Amino acid sequence: MIFKKARFLYSDCEPFSMAISQQEVQKIAKLARLSLTEGEVATLAGQLSAIIDHAKVLNEVDTKNVPATAQITGLSSVTFADEVKACKKPEALIACSPQSVQNGMIKIQSIF
Amino acid sequence: MELTPLTLAEAHQGLKAKTFSSAELTRAYLRRIKAVDPRLHAYVTVTEEQALKDAAAADKKGDFSHPLAGVPMNLKDIICTEGIRTTACSKILENFVPPYDADVVTRLKKAGAVLLGKANTDQFAMGSSSETSFFGVTKNPWDQTKVAGGSSGGPAASVASDLACYAIGTDTGGSIRQPASLCSCVGLKVTYGRVPRHGVISYASSFDTIGHFAKTVQDAALVLQTIAGQSEWDATTPDVPVPDYTQFLKTDLKGVRVGVPKEYFIEGIEAETEKAIRDAIETLKKLGATLVDIALPLTKYAIPVYYLLVKSEASTNLARYDGIKYGHTAKGAKELEEIYSKTRGEGFGDEVKRAIMLGTYTLSAGYYEAFYVKAAKVRTLMKQEYDEAFKKCDVLASPVSPFPAFPIGARMDDPLAMYAADTLTVPGGIVGLPGLSVPAGFTKAGLPIGLQLQAAQFKEENLFRAGHAFEQATDWHKKKPSLA
Repeated sequence: MIFKKARFLYSDCEPFSMAISQQEVQKIAKLARLSLTEGEVATLAGQLSAIIDHAKVLNEVDTKNVPATAQITGLSSVTFADEVKACKKPEALIACSPQSVQNGMIKIQSIF
Repeated sequence: MELTPLTLAEAHQGLKAKTFSSAELTRAYLRRIKAVDPRLHAYVTVTEEQALKDAAAADKKGDFSHPLAGVPMNLKDIICTEGIRTTACSKILENFVPPYDADVVTRLKKAGAVLLGKANTDQFAMGSSSETSFFGVTKNPWDQTKVAGGSSGGPAASVASDLACYAIGTDTGGSIRQPASLCSCVGLKVTYGRVPRHGVISYASSFDTIGHFAKTVQDAALVLQTIAGQSEWDATTPDVPVPDYTQFLKTDLKGVRVGVPKEYFIEGIEAETEKAIRDAIETLKKLGATLVDIALPLTKYAIPVYYLLVKSEASTNLARYDGIKYGHTAKGAKELEEIYSKTRGEGFGDEVKRAIMLGTYTLSAGYYEAFYVKAAKVRTLMKQEYDEAFKKCDVLASPVSPFPAFPIGARMDDPLAMYAADTLTVPGGIVGLPGLSVPAGFTKAGLPIGLQLQAAQFKEENLFRAGHAFEQATDWHKKKPSLA
């Protein structure tokens, strides 16, 4: 069973040979604009390593000359008529912002 | 007359014959929610005022020709409702009130549906137990120490315990079928694109589907009839006609080929589950179906294919939660970058953070080809494998879940153990297939077991035919949890 195999891989994974180090976790978190606590970084390093190790089983499958699929029912380039339509409630959309709103615009902190 | 146990078809008959009013039916559900839901936590928001208003409008109009008119239901709380809080059961959207309705809600409103409330789910639909909900777990109606399943645990538990006549959920890799199986109700995952996703908070856009929970297969067909079909709001809904599903509800299965995929009876399937499903397949045979052995050898790769693709898509979808446009925002952040990372760190739960991190990793330079693209190629091969299988059979029969409802807390610390709960439902998500969970038995401890039926894309009618015939031949769907 897949579950047992996954557990085996996880327990087989030495703490010092983890696929993903804590430094890497911190780098990914920066890319993802996600602040993590030290505890979360440590936990994620272990969990992501186990998951990524488990995923390597896909290397058993020969995918040479196989195209990748992203649209499973085979649709492609679906278009609609290029017509300007009135947005019914711009104020209601702006009002969803937790930031302050001035003259129909969202005001945020400095960018730099 | 007790009104809440009525099926949708029965409620419709009663409303049409004026045996009871929509207001009476709605008040019966609201009373039962008040009495029973504190023990289950299926609902995160009960819209009592809205429900009574909807019911009064239906009674005033007096037109009950549509099967959904005046009948109370609920929505998984990732489906946007204008003016009604929609949280994705997360902190980041805890107080989010959408300014518009999801397309599926517009369709239900047009049919005259009555909204009882918003139901619990794993946070952003990520999970298989509803334990990742920011508002706390939904308990299984049959044993409150066990999970209701997930992610749509709230809608499933509500329909199984008569807290709604039917409920709308979403299924990305099993989020309707698995909780339906664990709670004992009918759960329909539709073909990818059969029901528009507009206004439904995205998990993984190339997998997500909108489906529903119902008390019978017939009811599931009636709901699909209303919500299926192309939409100008969702470019992934193709122009495939919606047939009259009720004409496929027959009591025999003569001429129907039922495929039995051996890879769905893997080592480690809980013994009582396997026995119940083998018995169910025998029942299908007795009803006239021909059994066909099917081989789907790539099934063992489904879990990694699934989580590599789904978490990648999730990480990009979740990039929109920035603390600026809507939802929670971190206090005291001094610059834009800090607003983003602090808001997201505070607003997302562990499972969502794990999805963002895994997805960001698998989409990052150097890993994209090895993980994301590799999985997307195996997805192609899996699609081909299922296309071949459906040349030989009309439906595939298997268990929904490898095991019945598990104890609350048992799998929370180990993501791979939680992913294993979806072993038999993720292939349908990967290949975009419709799937149906039908009550098919109970363990000795009294926990429900569901039969999974899957069909080729846009062949929901095959599921209704086989599911309805099985239901007519068995009594499992009539059993109700005792929650008095």
